[in-house]
Amino acid sequence: MEADTKPKKPGARLCCVCNQRRAALKRPKTLEQICRECFYAVFEEEIHQVILENKLFKPGERIAIGASGGKDSTVLAYVLSEMNRRHNYGLDLFLLSIDEGITGYRDDSLETVKRNELQYGLPLKIVSYKDLYGWTMDEIVKMIGLKNNCTFCGVFRRQALDRGAALLKVDKVATGHNADDIAETVLLNILRGDIARLSRCTSIITGEDGPIPRCKPFKYTYEKEISSISLGCKNLNKFSTYAYFRKLDYFSTECIYSPNAYRGFAREFIKDLERIRPRAIHDIIKSGEDFRIATSTKMPEQGTCERCGYISSQKWCKACVLLEGLNRGLPKLGIGRNQGLNKDAKKDIKKDGRTKSIESKQCGSLDF
Amino acid sequence: MACNSSTCSSSGCYKEYKEEEHHKPKTRAAVNGGDSRQNLCVKCKSSESVCCGIGGEDSRFCKDCFKNNLYGKFKQAVTYNAMITPPDKVLVAFSGGPSSRVLLQFVHEMLYRARKNYDASKDKSLPVFGVGVAFIDESSIHSFPSQQIEKAIGDIRSIVLNLGPPSKELFVVPIENIFASFGIDCKERLKKLLDALDDVTGKEDLLIHLRMLSLQKIASENGYTRVVLGSCTSRIACHVISATVKGQGYSLSADIQYVDSRWEIPVVLPLRDCPAQELNTLCSLDSLKIVELLNGPCSGINGLVSSFVKVLQEENPSRECTIVRTAGKLTPFHFNAIPEIDDSNVPSATRRHHRRHGLKSNASLSSELFCPICNSPLKKSNSSSLTNESPQTSDLFVAACSSCQFQILPKDPSLTEQFVSLLPQPIIARAKHCDRGNASSLREQIQDFLLSDDDDEI
Repeated sequence: MEADTKPKKPGARLCCVCNQRRAALKRPKTLEQICRECFYAVFEEEIHQVILENKLFKPGERIAIGASGGKDSTVLAYVLSEMNRRHNYGLDLFLLSIDEGITGYRDDSLETVKRNELQYGLPLKIVSYKDLYGWTMDEIVKMIGLKNNCTFCGVFRRQALDRGAALLKVDKVATGHNADDIAETVLLNILRGDIARLSRCTSIITGEDGPIPRCKPFKYTYEKEISSISLGCKNLNKFSTYAYFRKLDYFSTECIYSPNAYRGFAREFIKDLERIRPRAIHDIIKSGEDFRIATSTKMPEQGTCERCGYISSQKWCKACVLLEGLNRGLPKLGIGRNQGLNKDAKKDIKKDGRTKSIESKQCGSLDF
Repeated sequence: MACNSSTCSSSGCYKEYKEEEHHKPKTRAAVNGGDSRQNLCVKCKSSESVCCGIGGEDSRFCKDCFKNNLYGKFKQAVTYNAMITPPDKVLVAFSGGPSSRVLLQFVHEMLYRARKNYDASKDKSLPVFGVGVAFIDESSIHSFPSQQIEKAIGDIRSIVLNLGPPSKELFVVPIENIFASFGIDCKERLKKLLDALDDVTGKEDLLIHLRMLSLQKIASENGYTRVVLGSCTSRIACHVISATVKGQGYSLSADIQYVDSRWEIPVVLPLRDCPAQELNTLCSLDSLKIVELLNGPCSGINGLVSSFVKVLQEENPSRECTIVRTAGKLTPFHFNAIPEIDDSNVPSATRRHHRRHGLKSNASLSSELFCPICNSPLKKSNSSSLTNESPQTSDLFVAACSSCQFQILPKDPSLTEQFVSLLPQPIIARAKHCDRGNASSLREQIQDFLLSDDDDEI
């Protein structure tokens, strides 16, 4: 957000919406000059419109907000509870947080979420990897190093969110994925050759035929705008007992294990793009929506994991495959193409029409 | 992997070979510790390997196998897509860079072999295809010293001449000739047109569209039936990313296929499967002369994308191929096949290939609308917003794709008419045709309610 240090002059840099107050910033998405109050109003109104146009929620639904303590989920929690109140969505909102067990990162950000719980009056549930899987990310990284740790964390978190949502008995999960995230994902899927994911990743609602659908109300919201909101917004929550907090409380450090993530390439590129042409982020999402992908490539066959019952397109869900690798001391199991248990299981099915049990195979005869 | 660094010391780097050519080639075995097996070409396993393909250490080839491998990709692309069948006359677009140099060489070799077969055949039944070369001179846009331009053009002439028989006609055409008409100062008009654009990327892209229009003009005025471009895997990978970034996801699949028949003269891309690295290596190995690009480096979005792809490629040499392969899974359009594929002239293997891959051309069912400026197919839902535009919005604006609306057309609607007057005739004609198309479909809808009138048709 740009600080405007010029004194108020008649006609100089007025907000383009209200034309009364002094413009305090240029909207990252449109570069319009706008004052603080109008920016909040425009921001909130756009989210409201996205929710309505895409029919994200129904009255009476219980919604879990995936809360990491970061700015996206904090602003999401704030905006959703505000819109719920102002426009009477009739929703029961909860905060759902995942504890991956990363010392010095997650333990700090969880404190932020606990404060959000008090600030917004939303009940909080914390689900931990340790409880669910028996491993913390610290322990996983110790075993597998820093190359594929994001794969583990991402897969585990997805399931953890679903399990937490089931415990809370919610109808939907809302996550704070913003336009920058989705644009990054579109690019990554092109770079990695994943046409099936490419066709799904721009959808604002996913998993409708699964246990718990998820939605991304911030699909069209630029990350910079979310930052602007969280930096400058006074805490307007009337129910908060911490009224002296002038800013939305959020935790702003990058995951300590992230430096080697491949996503970083795409992120840098998008930042550079945004500098030259802000609408490029929106254009990437539009391209993603418009790609001509044959419907036959869209849906992998959906079944359930034999080990844990979670939704899976393979015999075992990815989390179970990875866990098996961890428990057996085979860190590469499930990493990379055509690796892991499922390939051999499928081969067995193809050969004789019956599924052979994984357990019957000698350890070491499974190639990966 | 073809070597980009000037101080590469890895064994097998082709630059090492070039240096040693002057010294003692025999010492190569000694340099590598006497293990001569490491130096063998992976293909023929008999000759010494002198260079690497895109697969790095796993794809070390001797000169002949390397060249045959690349030529093989070219030949397969041409055959499977029926790109060139006699009696076609093909126009090779030559920019002077390594890709188009290799393209020229390969087309020449194909022509040479075809000619030999023809001469050797008793009944001379199968005619040989014809080849012309076109160079679009964009020097009027950049201010290069005229000596430099003349030298470059001279070099190009000598390259084409030195290819050898059969002879090929060379067209050196300034890009401003696209405006050629009575009483117009073409250079001035081109300059005015480009100055009317604010967006750097828009300027670069408009030039690309004008370049294609020039090629189309040369081809159609001189009886050519195909335009052959040297677009390689790397160029296409960059286009995939930049089209995505510009919101052109819908039309992307139209631009990256082997064949593009939406133009008056179909455009073919036989080097689609050849990475730039390998093309560069071949130019070095065979001492194929290159003419340095007279055009400046790309800036704006295009420049950013190309450095991004370069970084990715350095991190993983097969990244460009993956990008093109992913984009190749997008559904192509009906015009992405040669129209006359059911002709008996076309080899049956090609026809089978087309049936198998669903590349049947169905021009008769064409209901695609195209952007008048960039000729990209428009998504139906985008064009349905046409009827909501206010009356002062120009026809061209309404007909253009959203990317051209943003980066090429002027922001201020009042300047649009003036801008339209600067555009070359083919674009204006397309806009009128597009508009007529929309009007006629609207007219159909209200036909029953129209009273007979003597008003002129739209």
